[in-house]
Amino acid sequence: MRVIVPLQGVVQGRGGLVLGSIIPCALFYFLQFYLKRHRHDQDDQNESNSLDENPSTRSPSSGKLAQLPGLTRSLSRASLSPKGQSGPVTISGRVSGIIKGADSPYYVGLRRVKEDPYDELGNPNGVIQLGLAENNLSLDLVKGWLAENGKEALLGNGEDPSISRIATYQPFDGLMELKVAVAGFMSQVMEKAVYFHPSQVLLTAGATPAIEILSFCLADAGNAFLVPTPYYPGFDRDVKWRTGLQIIHVPCRSADNFNLSVASLDQAFNQAKKRGLKVRGIIISNPSNPVGNLLSRETLYSLLDFAREKNIHIVCNEILAGCTHGNEEFVSMAEIIDLEDVDRKRVHVVYGLSKDLSLPGFRVGVIYSFNEEVLAAAKKLTRFSSISAPTQRLLISMLSDTKFVHSFITINRERLQRMYVKFVAGLKKLGIEYIKGSGGFYCWADLSGLISSYSEKGELELWDKLLNIAKVNVTPGSCCHCIEPGWFSFCFATLTEKDIPVVMERIQKVSEICKLNC
Amino acid sequence: MTLTRSIQYPNPEPEVQTRKPGRATAMRLIVPLQGVVQGRGGLIFGSLIPCALFYFLQLYLKRHRSSNSRSNPPSPSTSSPNLAEITRTSSRSNLLSRGLIGPVRISSRAMSIAKPNDSPYYIGLDKASEDPYDRISNPDGVIQLGLLENRLCFDLIAKWMSENLSDSMMGREGGDLSISGITTYQPVDGTMELKLAMAGFMSRVMGGTVSFEPSQMVLTAGATPAIETLCFCLADHGNAFLVPTPYYPGFDRDVKWRTGVELIPVHCRSTDNFILSITALDQAFNQTRKRGTKIRGILLSNPANPVGNLLSREMLYNLLDFAREKNIHIISDEIFAGTMYGNEEFVSMAEVLDSENFDKNRVHIVYGLSKDLSLPGFRVGMIYSFNENVLAAARKLTRFSSISALTQRLVVSMLLDTRFIEEYIETNKKRVQNMRDLFVAGLKTLGIRCADSSAGFCCWADMSKLIPTYSEKGELELWDKLLNVAKINVTPGSACHCIEPGWFRCCFTTLAQEDIPVVMERIRKVADTSTLCS
Repeated sequence: MRVIVPLQGVVQGRGGLVLGSIIPCALFYFLQFYLKRHRHDQDDQNESNSLDENPSTRSPSSGKLAQLPGLTRSLSRASLSPKGQSGPVTISGRVSGIIKGADSPYYVGLRRVKEDPYDELGNPNGVIQLGLAENNLSLDLVKGWLAENGKEALLGNGEDPSISRIATYQPFDGLMELKVAVAGFMSQVMEKAVYFHPSQVLLTAGATPAIEILSFCLADAGNAFLVPTPYYPGFDRDVKWRTGLQIIHVPCRSADNFNLSVASLDQAFNQAKKRGLKVRGIIISNPSNPVGNLLSRETLYSLLDFAREKNIHIVCNEILAGCTHGNEEFVSMAEIIDLEDVDRKRVHVVYGLSKDLSLPGFRVGVIYSFNEEVLAAAKKLTRFSSISAPTQRLLISMLSDTKFVHSFITINRERLQRMYVKFVAGLKKLGIEYIKGSGGFYCWADLSGLISSYSEKGELELWDKLLNIAKVNVTPGSCCHCIEPGWFSFCFATLTEKDIPVVMERIQKVSEICKLNC
Repeated sequence: MTLTRSIQYPNPEPEVQTRKPGRATAMRLIVPLQGVVQGRGGLIFGSLIPCALFYFLQLYLKRHRSSNSRSNPPSPSTSSPNLAEITRTSSRSNLLSRGLIGPVRISSRAMSIAKPNDSPYYIGLDKASEDPYDRISNPDGVIQLGLLENRLCFDLIAKWMSENLSDSMMGREGGDLSISGITTYQPVDGTMELKLAMAGFMSRVMGGTVSFEPSQMVLTAGATPAIETLCFCLADHGNAFLVPTPYYPGFDRDVKWRTGVELIPVHCRSTDNFILSITALDQAFNQTRKRGTKIRGILLSNPANPVGNLLSREMLYNLLDFAREKNIHIISDEIFAGTMYGNEEFVSMAEVLDSENFDKNRVHIVYGLSKDLSLPGFRVGMIYSFNENVLAAARKLTRFSSISALTQRLVVSMLLDTRFIEEYIETNKKRVQNMRDLFVAGLKTLGIRCADSSAGFCCWADMSKLIPTYSEKGELELWDKLLNVAKINVTPGSACHCIEPGWFRCCFTTLAQEDIPVVMERIRKVADTSTLCS
């Protein structure tokens, strides 16, 4: 592989024929040289290996060989065995990258919390979780519903044949009843401004595979997606790992309140094009994660224009659509598309019940697409990621319980709003600035005053202090590829109101240490 | 394809991966080069070929470029000044004309997946699900003998569910902890409780001869993603696995679709009762190597689907020897381990590894609850591996395919109820055996012979006497008649890549006993017309 990279440089740099022949030849010689040396090493090892190995296991196997006819086989065996037995068996190149890649602070922090979680009574010195986008504020509502209706939802009314509804193979892309229920829930969450067609819904085991499947369907290995930064750290895994795609960062800045501008999209698009990358789409989160702002109707229109102009797709992640807590209006891409009759085929919406119904453990994700080809391909790919039938049955009755759903959405919004206001007030008291958010579980705060050097290094030092001294796990902006250092994401929906003063006190401790050092 | 062949260099580096997706045109270069590398070509070849290829490439690029610039002259001039405002607007204008031309396209890999089903296996399944047979309400519907599902013991599961459901879901106390245990984020590779329970169940099912280590397990949403995840971990795009035929038709999707891995069939024949031979494996290995494809492993199912026979202990030793010799992996799909009905002994790959000093790193077992506990709807699958690296990678990849926490909790309490499990396993064995005997006897009266089998939900029946011509075409004609005239969905051998025409897979566990005469009657009708024709 290494050989190819400089070659490409020459090709695109319009190098002459001379250069173009010298370089590949030279590289090829070096490669052969390298291979030769490498092969020798292995052979040496083999010899010593085979000597060490107990001869008893080898001889019986060759004895068995003799019993079977076929000259070619034993011949090839003999010639191959020194090479074949070489090292230990290797894993594929693509996953060795996945294993080796150092974990980002996002995952390091999550692991720390898991090892030593804070508990007001049980473990008051544990790490407080502000890094995982989970909503625990309304768990009691879900619990109440499950206790009352759980059994009936799974088994029907206790009739015998109902077991085949959950035990047998079901359509991989979800039961039609659940699609109808989820589509209904989505329009309810989006305040009935949009109607979602169940036939355009595909269900997956969480939004994570929904994004991966869309990436598989929209782009080939080596293509790229534009993603405005700061973005959800998981995208780096979901979009890139198995699909072989790249993510082109489109930086948003604090000066614009981290709002997306089409100008920077365009710039990133052109730069990628110049590098020879084929851009196949844009991935946006609305409400954005981690900043928590909403895309205005106007921005959505200009995004559509942009996508049309470049002939690319738009993947719109609206998983937080129901978690808006300001007065700002949330506008779904599906709503815009409904009004505008053209060009629906390039828009794909990702949704899930992990956030809006606070059921991440249930693993329910949604692909909502207007493109029949994408739907056909994605439907087949859901075989790798389907939702278990008991979970689907339970959700069908939960979502069909309109009274419950309605009260859940309202109460959950109220509680989010209250927590947000309290949390933000706490930050304000510490003199920490933040971006005013209208959706999601996060507060995107500017701690650049506390970092020792205005750089990613300084930011990570502060993150380390927060995690290890203050025992607060937050997500540093660099994990979200934020271009400005010093920004942190605080998820407040895992807390109770009583925890807020504790968190603030811990942050204050660190901020005092930092200020002393400065 | 071309992209990943290139990773076949001895030490694929991670940075390579990020760069790899560069440009397809230049990448093409590398493939013939590799042939030379691996064929140990001399220096002359090694310099002539890259140079020649490079010249051609340049020629191609030049022609390509000139035609491009003719169509939109402003682009080369404006793209050179860096990022000024001008670039944006000018590029906009010249792209507009191009962008608006065609509709947006999907990726080429998705395009091939999106094509309508062409395999008779899926066509039959669709047909049967559109118009399912029911003794009372739809007696003219299609009888499903193509889907490996076991409905014989639903009464036991239903009984357990109605007795234990609420306790298992909410916990006995219904406490706070229990609810957050199912709604909040859980480890993506499965909870430890479920792994422990699965380990117990597996050793029980395999006769108590093996113990399974929960730390070597990765749980996935069904065995399908377990196989796909393993393929991602063991092979790169363009590599291949050896698979003995006839094999489960789903492998063609699980292994090949997204991973870009190839399957090399290793043919087994009726004269050997479809038992795998190392000679055939070796032959296939060498042929593939000659074609320049790298083989990374063998994919086995034991008990075999569709034939239903077992791999003997000796064969497992030979396979391990073979794998060591060629330095390749073994994936052993043991999802039918618990549905044995013969007297033959099932030997798990894990058992063989336990007893002898083999290189465990190359062995990976796939398991699931879809068959042995007849709960395919629950989507519980498993990778059991002895290779730390594979486990580490697979654990991370389960983020794309994890089991719902609710289901996990339900399954844990079901598996821990030893009395229920014992009763289930025993009853299930009896009922499967009984159904099989009835079904095979029924086929016998029609003059149809089945291959010897000791496990699974299906028989592998030889209907070659009924096919009009001894070929795949003849086989598919019979399949079509069975599906559309007799209204029986069976899987033709060609869908399983069987090399001999005329074999069909018939699943009998979806039936009730009363259905067997109906099935036989329907087959007889077709058989009569077929023999008349020929």
